[in-house]
Amino acid sequence: MVAPEVVDLFTEKARAVSAVVTPVKSLKEAFAYTLDICAKKEACQLLVSGCEEALSPKAEDLCETKATKIIAAPGLAKKDYAALGKLCAEQGIVLTDGGLRERLGGIDIGFTVADYAIAETGSLVLDSTSEELRLATMISEIHVAVVPLSKLAATAFDLETELTARMKNGPSYLAFISGASRTADIERVLAIGVHGPLELHILLLEDK
Amino acid sequence: MHEVKELKDYREELRESLANEFQRGALDRFAQAYPLGRAKAFAGLDVPGLIEAVAAVKDAAAAQMMELYAEFKKNAEKAGVHVHLARTAREANEIIARIAADNGVKKIVKSKSMTAEETHLNQHLEPLGFEVTETDLGEWIIQLRHEGPTHMVMPAIHLSRNQVADLFTKVTGNTQPSDIERLVKVARRELRPKYVEADMGISGANFALADSGTLGIVTNEGNMRLVTTLPRVHVALVGLEKLLPSLHEALVINRVLPRNATGQAITSYVTWITGANPCAVGPDGKKEMHVVFLDNGRSAMAKDPNYAPILRCIRCGACANVCPVYRLVGGHKYGYVYIGAIGLILTYFFHGREKARNLIQNCINCQACKAVCASGIDLPEIIKKVHAQIQDEEGHPLQSKMLGLVLSNRRLFHTLLRTASLAQKPVTSAGYIRHLPMIFSKEQNFRALPAIAAKPFRDRWEKIRPKAAEGGLKVALFSGCVQDFVYPEQMEAAVKVMAKGKTKLDFPMDQSCCGLPAMMMGEVEAAREVALKNVRAMDPADYDYIVTMCASCASHLKHAYPKLLAEGHEGSIKAAQFADKVIDFSSFVRDVLGMKDADFSRSLRKVAYHAPCHLCRGMGVRQAPRELVNAAAEYAMADEEEVCCGFGGTYSMKFPEVSEQLLSKKLDNVEKTGATLLVTDCPGCVMQLRGGAKKSGKRFEVKHIAELLVEQVK
Repeated sequence: MVAPEVVDLFTEKARAVSAVVTPVKSLKEAFAYTLDICAKKEACQLLVSGCEEALSPKAEDLCETKATKIIAAPGLAKKDYAALGKLCAEQGIVLTDGGLRERLGGIDIGFTVADYAIAETGSLVLDSTSEELRLATMISEIHVAVVPLSKLAATAFDLETELTARMKNGPSYLAFISGASRTADIERVLAIGVHGPLELHILLLEDK
Repeated sequence: MHEVKELKDYREELRESLANEFQRGALDRFAQAYPLGRAKAFAGLDVPGLIEAVAAVKDAAAAQMMELYAEFKKNAEKAGVHVHLARTAREANEIIARIAADNGVKKIVKSKSMTAEETHLNQHLEPLGFEVTETDLGEWIIQLRHEGPTHMVMPAIHLSRNQVADLFTKVTGNTQPSDIERLVKVARRELRPKYVEADMGISGANFALADSGTLGIVTNEGNMRLVTTLPRVHVALVGLEKLLPSLHEALVINRVLPRNATGQAITSYVTWITGANPCAVGPDGKKEMHVVFLDNGRSAMAKDPNYAPILRCIRCGACANVCPVYRLVGGHKYGYVYIGAIGLILTYFFHGREKARNLIQNCINCQACKAVCASGIDLPEIIKKVHAQIQDEEGHPLQSKMLGLVLSNRRLFHTLLRTASLAQKPVTSAGYIRHLPMIFSKEQNFRALPAIAAKPFRDRWEKIRPKAAEGGLKVALFSGCVQDFVYPEQMEAAVKVMAKGKTKLDFPMDQSCCGLPAMMMGEVEAAREVALKNVRAMDPADYDYIVTMCASCASHLKHAYPKLLAEGHEGSIKAAQFADKVIDFSSFVRDVLGMKDADFSRSLRKVAYHAPCHLCRGMGVRQAPRELVNAAAEYAMADEEEVCCGFGGTYSMKFPEVSEQLLSKKLDNVEKTGATLLVTDCPGCVMQLRGGAKKSGKRFEVKHIAELLVEQVK
């Protein structure tokens, strides 16, 4: 059982780095949340400034590959994936768990379940060894990550044993993700969403 | 990318940078915002403790660098990675070019790597026909402009949004607005096809974990993740100093790195890559992965006790963020590839003394970098060592040799000062030099320079020596040359204040200059000789305290003497005892004599304070002088009180154009308080500030803190 103050700290720190944090009671609720934000967003639009920027022809071409709304959820268990697929079909949204190299222009939502989370910095820890899972968290405009509360640690030091074990059983690609992709390279002005997701939504799942 | 050979040409470049208004404004805003962001990120944490932990982790790793390398190699190879060791920068570039050729690579995407900047990797790959694209936004911008970074973390900090918009207009062939949010999206979409087309990705790494063969990479933009995922080949170029035993040590460092670099508790992404990961387009569905470790002098550095601490650097860039000189001149003039205080040092080791010769002299020794360093490196001290080493290699310039000779012979030095006092008579008025003598160039004219006093303090001492209190503290006064020969009245004031307490004051006559000017000029042997003479001039066993009114002397006596006269040198034990007894005037008056508000009649005058670099950072003394000012008058706090006034001893003679700018900012900040008096605890700062205030017609006076206290003490 995670102490409530650890959950509060996680929420505070994650929000401080622009993540949207919402508690959910079940995976079903997480799916509904995801479909809801997918329905509300424009298809394949870069949030804040849209696709209207005039680009070089090559960059424009890549944009053409996106037409319908796409959610990628490569790491889900079969049963859960089927449940999410059913909901997506009802709304005309494409759900995929692979072939993301064909969609590098961008997808709407990457849906993942975090392996761990770190309260001290509001970070999620995602074993992204699967290339499809990795890409889902990189090329999506919105990354929705479910964090089971049982996986929440106070600090990264508390996860040393687990993470080292994964590293020693490599190859592995582990990611600490805190907030959306960001840069301050032009005049030190913070801009969100430079190469990665423009939004990070964290759904805190009360799993036990 | 500072390239010129002569100091005068370098100074010409500095003047050009000083005239770059956009850069000046950008760096000024940054210099003011950074300390606030950093403090916020570290709130509630034990900062010195965290920094000490980083230092310990890095020192231990450097001491076993090659063992860690062997272990990393073994474990990474087990996970399918090819591990290479490049002894030189050229070797590293050749290895990477060979990997590219062997794998039929045509296009390369890169994420940010200072190590690749160090080896000039792009300049090696491009002529071989490889198309190389930087994908970090700032790096892409400067690559398109064909220039080097001006900051280790924010490479394009010197550019405006308009300049970026113009650049992107050229790149896209369409007019781009100068709206930052939009420009960032343009870069996002222009660069995406580059990842798609690339055959190879090149990254750096912040950590290399030996026990699992893992690379740890700390980033914000997300480009590194694409660089290490999409192309079928990944090459990481990593300095040997990035090796650590395990994840634990990396986490210790990562608690400090982002906080110190950008005021973030953590960066958006911290990525741990172990082995050849799945890659759909790679051979057998796996990534072709290579790690190239770069030595380039690092393994030799690890064995040299003088320079091993350099390997602690975690490339956070903070030493530039707080450097008052960097703030004025920018990164292109404050480093070659590596920038800031660490850049001055690394330029010598990685790019040679030709490129370092001028840069290394452009440290004002204000200690701001040392105070902010993520791993507690004594940067100013190492800068002085490198300066001395370059002089040893190239021959000492006459000016510096003469200074060393004169300073190490007290009689000669003092005779010269007395002669100068007579010789200057025709050109002085009211304590200032009216016309600067020929030895000073007209560039020194930004401040009025004081005349040498008609009668030095040492000649006044017997007359003013206060009656010793029975059983009082035995105190030796260390005047330093400026107070002895230029401002003896400051010494007199200090003596009167101290005589209010129970003291037995003494002024040992054989004392001379503390030797700091010799150190600043790269004359270590002269500095050592002077140190020994001063330690002999006042046997520490005879005194309870050695009090000095000069912040720079205090910090030099306390911290540099035990190092100059370290174990094995003549007088080493006495030097350590001597250093232990050194205390600054304000701390002595407040903490030892216990003088408090009640001991002063409080004037209604508004008084501002300038914190000398060598007092607030050098001695760690911050409260005592401010409390004393507030006891004697109404203390008016100025902005950036702890930023250097621009004196820096011989620095202001060498780089008057920089000194002048620092001074004018300082005086403006004081003027804004409405104070009618500015006090400080260092005669060098008084010389600079008073001269500047007079020259620019400011309405406030400038005095040593002792001169304020003596007027108000009951």
